[in-house]
Amino acid sequence: MWEKVKSFASDFFVTGDPLIYGADVSIVLAAISIVFVMTYFKKWGWLWREWLTSVDHKKIGIMYILASFLMLFRGGVDALLMRAQLVVPEMEFLTPDHYNQIFTTHGVIMILFMAMPFMFGLFNVIVPLQIGARDVAFPFLNALSFWLFFSGAMLFNLSFVIGGSPDAGWLAYPPYSGLMHNPGPGQDFYIWGIQISGIGSLMTGINFIVTILKMRAPGMKLMKMPMFPWSVLSSCIAIIFSFPILTATLALLFLDRYAGAHFFTLDGGGNPMMYINLIWMWGHPEVYIIVLPAFGIFSEIVSTFAKKKLFGYKSMVYAMMIISILSFLVWAHHFFTMGSGADVNAFFALTTMLIAIPTGAKVFNWLFTMFRGKITFETPMLWTIGFIPCFVTGGMTGVLLSVAPADFQFHNSYFLVAHFHHVIIGGVVFGYFAGLYYWWPKLFGFKLHERIGKWAFWLWNIGFYLCFMPQYALGLMGMTRRVATYGWDKGWWEMNLVSTIGAGLMGIAFVVQVWQIVYSVKHLRKDRTGDPWNGRTLEWSIPSPAPLYNFATLPQVTAQDEWWEEKLLRDNGQSSSVPPALEPIHMPKNSGIPFVMSMFWFAAGFGFVFQWLWLIIAGLVGVAVCMLVHSFNYDNDYYISVDEIKRTEAAIREVPN
Amino acid sequence: MAEHNGSGHAYHTESHSAAHDNHPDPEELRTFGFWIYLMTDVILFGTLFAAYIVLRGNTNGGPGPEELFQMGGIITSTFILLTSSFTSGLAVLAMHKGNRQALMGWLSVTALLGATFIVLEVREFIHLVHEGATIGTSAFLSAFFTLVGTHGLHVSLGLVWMIALIIQLAKHGITPVTKRKVNVISLFWHFLDVIWIFVFTIVYLMGVS
Amino acid sequence: MTQHEGTNPQAAGLHGSLKSYTLGFLFSIVLTIIPVAIVMNGWLEGAASSIVLMMAAVLQLVVQLIFFMHLREEKKPRYNLVTLILGLVILLVIVLGSMWIMLYNTVAT
Repeated sequence: MWEKVKSFASDFFVTGDPLIYGADVSIVLAAISIVFVMTYFKKWGWLWREWLTSVDHKKIGIMYILASFLMLFRGGVDALLMRAQLVVPEMEFLTPDHYNQIFTTHGVIMILFMAMPFMFGLFNVIVPLQIGARDVAFPFLNALSFWLFFSGAMLFNLSFVIGGSPDAGWLAYPPYSGLMHNPGPGQDFYIWGIQISGIGSLMTGINFIVTILKMRAPGMKLMKMPMFPWSVLSSCIAIIFSFPILTATLALLFLDRYAGAHFFTLDGGGNPMMYINLIWMWGHPEVYIIVLPAFGIFSEIVSTFAKKKLFGYKSMVYAMMIISILSFLVWAHHFFTMGSGADVNAFFALTTMLIAIPTGAKVFNWLFTMFRGKITFETPMLWTIGFIPCFVTGGMTGVLLSVAPADFQFHNSYFLVAHFHHVIIGGVVFGYFAGLYYWWPKLFGFKLHERIGKWAFWLWNIGFYLCFMPQYALGLMGMTRRVATYGWDKGWWEMNLVSTIGAGLMGIAFVVQVWQIVYSVKHLRKDRTGDPWNGRTLEWSIPSPAPLYNFATLPQVTAQDEWWEEKLLRDNGQSSSVPPALEPIHMPKNSGIPFVMSMFWFAAGFGFVFQWLWLIIAGLVGVAVCMLVHSFNYDNDYYISVDEIKRTEAAIREVPN
Repeated sequence: MAEHNGSGHAYHTESHSAAHDNHPDPEELRTFGFWIYLMTDVILFGTLFAAYIVLRGNTNGGPGPEELFQMGGIITSTFILLTSSFTSGLAVLAMHKGNRQALMGWLSVTALLGATFIVLEVREFIHLVHEGATIGTSAFLSAFFTLVGTHGLHVSLGLVWMIALIIQLAKHGITPVTKRKVNVISLFWHFLDVIWIFVFTIVYLMGVS
Repeated sequence: MTQHEGTNPQAAGLHGSLKSYTLGFLFSIVLTIIPVAIVMNGWLEGAASSIVLMMAAVLQLVVQLIFFMHLREEKKPRYNLVTLILGLVILLVIVLGSMWIMLYNTVAT
């Protein structure tokens, strides 16, 4: 019996690596301390009532951002481990197998479990406030989306202590991700972790399209909507049309592995190239999905901190919509070297170059917005200004890569690695940081400490360029991506050393950011105005943090920068008349079903990974029961009475300064 | 009454309702959301069709479409599904006349036709497996079983949902909520019919011609 | 719950009539019989057959959209139609793009 347990455990848990034993110990310690603290302070009920069952878009958004910060930490540690391995030639810090796992999880986590939830978090907290709505269109579905993301992310992260991590690269190209070369459970963790969170992403896409198209405040015509919701709309359009491709493709890979199908296998008539073709039909729109909202954030920030109306509003809208659709027409540039023929490569090279045009138009719009503006340089604006040169150079190296014949040289070299980190960190991460600093006071009612924030900004930026600029040169010198080590004779070590130093600086910058948050909480200086940046859009017209129902009375919108215009009118003494009378507010009830259902999905996914049929069936039956229970429940909303709104509003105003 | 302004924002002003509802009609939102879901499903099936079309020639020395497909049963199930799409429409018509009995009746007919379709499909799959044509035989058959099976899975889920809805109609009658649910499931059913037409044309008809 | 009667312009306008359903049903029957007859009797071959079959299928799609899903009766702004068109464009990109890239692959073939 004991022997059986031992042999099961040695297969089930990842063994033999001191780094992972260290992680095991810290995970167990962290879990025990969380349980202890929660029990000691009797917070379990609070956690369940206020967070786990919440359908409030603001709380869901905060949970998304919290989760994405944890994932940023995990993905960042992966990155530092990789850079440590590459710091000098012939390093023996990580074995090649372990290195494969780490670059795989780094990529998956950063894109799917860091960037995506960070983005969804910002969607959630800001979009309803900016369009003057009280919640998203489908609050229940919104909670379900979050919990599906969460259980998918947990399933994926579990792989590094149980069963073993995936190691076939972030897009898991077959045949390497096929059963023949990759029998272990790592690849199944990959498939199910992404699959479960992908369903959540798809539902979020639907949710925000409906919210933006149908829930805007009275008078807010589409062309009067702030730029961030526009960017969310364009991003969500790309989500709803690309995520089903991911779902289908991973399902096919799963069938290859689980049911012995021959879609992407080397035998049986399968074609691994078909996987690469399909996965990039999702993969390319995906990078635009994450960067478009960042463009929206920059537009808001530039206009607020230059105290000017956004230059070229309409061209911005069209540019984003064009990017969203055009992103579906460029996927083959990821595999020019596959050899589809000159006509195919020429077409996709051309569409790729075309996409630079709307992007360039947007950069000019931001520059012209700043032109002759009264610019102030608070942290959100710093990140925006840091973004522009970074994204422009990153984008230009992208145009170099799009030249199909030249790509045969660049393909899968460090030149490519430098390029996509340049646009993704410079565009996406800088953008979300800018957004987080900008909207932090709206989320929590206080500003983050500016000086520490500036330290973090400069450390990030210097670290970034130190890390990635040498990688362009390394790529041209012949260093290919995913190599676990290299020889002294290559002449690469100096630049790799510099690159690792840069990565370390970014790691320090992250720690400084965490310290900034802790420091700001400790020295809390509450913002009573609700409008600390002298903002222009509706989210700044309500108290921070926003009350449960957001707007006591719905705003009547007449202008593009509604709140700015309103403030101008007030300054001229022409303030609008008496506020409209309060009326009861229709709200959705909290529900535990999203959480429970996602746990069942987690169980089913875990069962699929280890091929435990009983757990698969139990999980899926649980999911079905949850759906039916929800379908049969007709009591899922309530009204907040006028008295209660009055009490809440008075309480917000009464607090002494 | 709801009025639409130019921007497409439906603003609710129900004079007789004490509760002033700021949101547009929630049931309308849900119907629109479901429509977008259907579009995502179009893409899902599109991916499976793409895989089928690319891989259908790769029979790996195994049986091809001409040897495997028995068109008699396939044509029968096609007409069954077409008819069920029509009867689900009749259910919606009955609902708008306020006739709950007819509504539940037509939904039951639709569900029965759908169940017959599934039975025929399962029998076809069993027949294929007996012929030695399984999902692991060749890339062509992997793509075939996945595409047709995914459609069948959608129909089966639709059946469970339709039965749940019939029970809800018996319990609650025709309310705005059940009305939306009937509208949505009939959209789903028409959608599955359309998908089947393309499966029928691209997989079966083009397979044997 | 008559209070919601008429508050839903989309759903209220989108249920058609017995006539439209019956017409749609008849059309779809005819559009199924034609391709079946072509294939079973071997009237057309090769590309011609494929084109006619696809045309019949697309016409069926149109029939279902108009007579069963009442797409024409949608009120402005016609978001349903816009999302449908976008979806069909992306669908064509996926299917035709895959065929172009994979089946005309000069290395594989």
